[in-house]
Amino acid sequence: ERDGTFGLGREAHAEEIAAWDVDVLPDGRGLPVGSGNAFDGEEVFAEQCASCHGDFAEGVDNWPVLAGGFDTLADEDPVKTVGSYWPHLSTAYDYIYRSMPFGAAGTLTPDETYAIVAYILYSNDLIDDDFELSNENLGDFEMHNKDGFVIDDRPELEYAEWRAEPCMSNCKEEVEISMRSVFLVETPPEGGSESV
Amino acid sequence: MDENMKTSRRAFLRGSAAVAAGSVAGAASASGPDPLITELQDWASYTGAGVDETPYGMPIEFESHVVRRNVEWLTASPISSINFTPIHALDGTITPQGCAFERHHSGAIELRKEDYRLMINGLVDRPLVFTYEDLERFPRENHVYFCECAANTGMEWAGAQLNGAQFTHGMIHNMEYTGIPLRTLLQEAGADISSDKWVYVEGADASSNGRSIPMEKALDDCLVAFKANGEALRMEHGYPVRLVVPGWEGNMWVKWLRRIEIVDRAVESREETSKYTDVYEDGVARKWTWVMDAKSVITSPSPQMPIKHGKGPLVISGLAWSGHGQITRVDVSKDGGITWETARLGKQGDTKALTRFYLDMDWDGAPMLLQSRAMDDTGYVQPTKDQLREKRGENAVYHNNCIQTWYVNEQGIAENVEVS
Repeated sequence: ERDGTFGLGREAHAEEIAAWDVDVLPDGRGLPVGSGNAFDGEEVFAEQCASCHGDFAEGVDNWPVLAGGFDTLADEDPVKTVGSYWPHLSTAYDYIYRSMPFGAAGTLTPDETYAIVAYILYSNDLIDDDFELSNENLGDFEMHNKDGFVIDDRPELEYAEWRAEPCMSNCKEEVEISMRSVFLVETPPEGGSESV
Repeated sequence: MDENMKTSRRAFLRGSAAVAAGSVAGAASASGPDPLITELQDWASYTGAGVDETPYGMPIEFESHVVRRNVEWLTASPISSINFTPIHALDGTITPQGCAFERHHSGAIELRKEDYRLMINGLVDRPLVFTYEDLERFPRENHVYFCECAANTGMEWAGAQLNGAQFTHGMIHNMEYTGIPLRTLLQEAGADISSDKWVYVEGADASSNGRSIPMEKALDDCLVAFKANGEALRMEHGYPVRLVVPGWEGNMWVKWLRRIEIVDRAVESREETSKYTDVYEDGVARKWTWVMDAKSVITSPSPQMPIKHGKGPLVISGLAWSGHGQITRVDVSKDGGITWETARLGKQGDTKALTRFYLDMDWDGAPMLLQSRAMDDTGYVQPTKDQLREKRGENAVYHNNCIQTWYVNEQGIAENVEVS
């Protein structure tokens, strides 16, 4: 036992930490050295991403849309994309580098990742195609919806009001069915037994 | 017994069960004697399965409907998708692991204990690597908690959509976990545990599912768990090690946990910016909506559990839970919320765990609008969907803990509805 601990585990090697700790903070800390622009990114995107996300990051079928949807967040059907919704560019770098392409994650180089991120920004009309995105400037890039988030305010907005003894009788005048379920989900007949 | 005999006897058993079926419903009122009693049944004469037949058993075939189900059109790929616990058919509080829901972002991975490594790094005195064997040497604890997906009931924001408690409320399971308090591992690494620090956790799978947890929660009740309901975690639930974050949205319960990093601010990863943020009506989104508020649902009767026995005694059964603490009371309404009566708890609620409730009634065959309303030990009362929508609009996606209504008609058929 060493200084009140159990003495279990062993010291992590620097190479091990470097291999697994690839997260990027909103201020850009954690970014690997590298760079790329949308011009380079278009090619990588076409090869690695477009089959699901579309040539212009507009999404194919049910796959995520990465571009557009600006100022739709208060609409009936908001379109939440990297451009319209994501508050930090660091997240795009981090997520793409770590978890994309879907099915072959972890195979992109830092330069390819910078180029893809630049292409997504370009698809969102946020930069010109020769804008060079790098570990130097990514952390300073201001996203469209950077001020669009507030910390959970249910305690003030809801809990104060809803922590009260509820009504038990004569709570409403009358009740009417206002909506019935739309989708009848196919389920096997209840009871696998032939006796049911 | 040889294979042929087994087969033919099973075929015979199935045949006799089918014959018996006709007499089951009328048995109680039948004037004549019940052949299931008066005739020697096969199972009372021949022998059953030997103890060597099933080293690890599955439910009997007659329960084959008690399974996970998915809804194909909900997601683009079954690899990053959800399925649903058959809560309509279960009772008590513990979810059998084999039908407990799954939510993956890059599929359920196969990770051997021998290949498992857990790293702690960042603002620590000693960045450490643990093997699975190391983890089994730390003092451990047992706790029962619910894990509810943040998106549970999320399809129902705009109206009544899916017809069944499994689909509207089945992104949940409740297990007894064995694990190490997260605080023990933080201490082992000499982590900076000051209150402005964050704990970033990520999985070994391709999606990584990284999330930031404030230090206060990490030190409070989070568990690094390796057993559930007495046995190793199932592959699809994070084998061999997952994080348990009591009362908080299921996304934070990182599976196949491989790294814990102490950071001086939230990482604001994809799963806490693009996803698991709640857009309210004004277009502003709430982030870090971690706690799952008090919620309940009547599991029977429900669309998949119609009343088949006619008038008379009827058991209304359901589940209640709260991420804030214990369920102290559940009220049930049969008339869509005009009048309420307090149900009976199966047993005293555990903190941040599923609690079973019952209301035993005498059904006169009249249609009902069944609702349940949970209360927790903070005094919070589960809201109606209209109350929630008034605060949040219809696009929050996550955290829909509204009161559910089932319309039960004269035939005992139940349907998912909304009421005024």
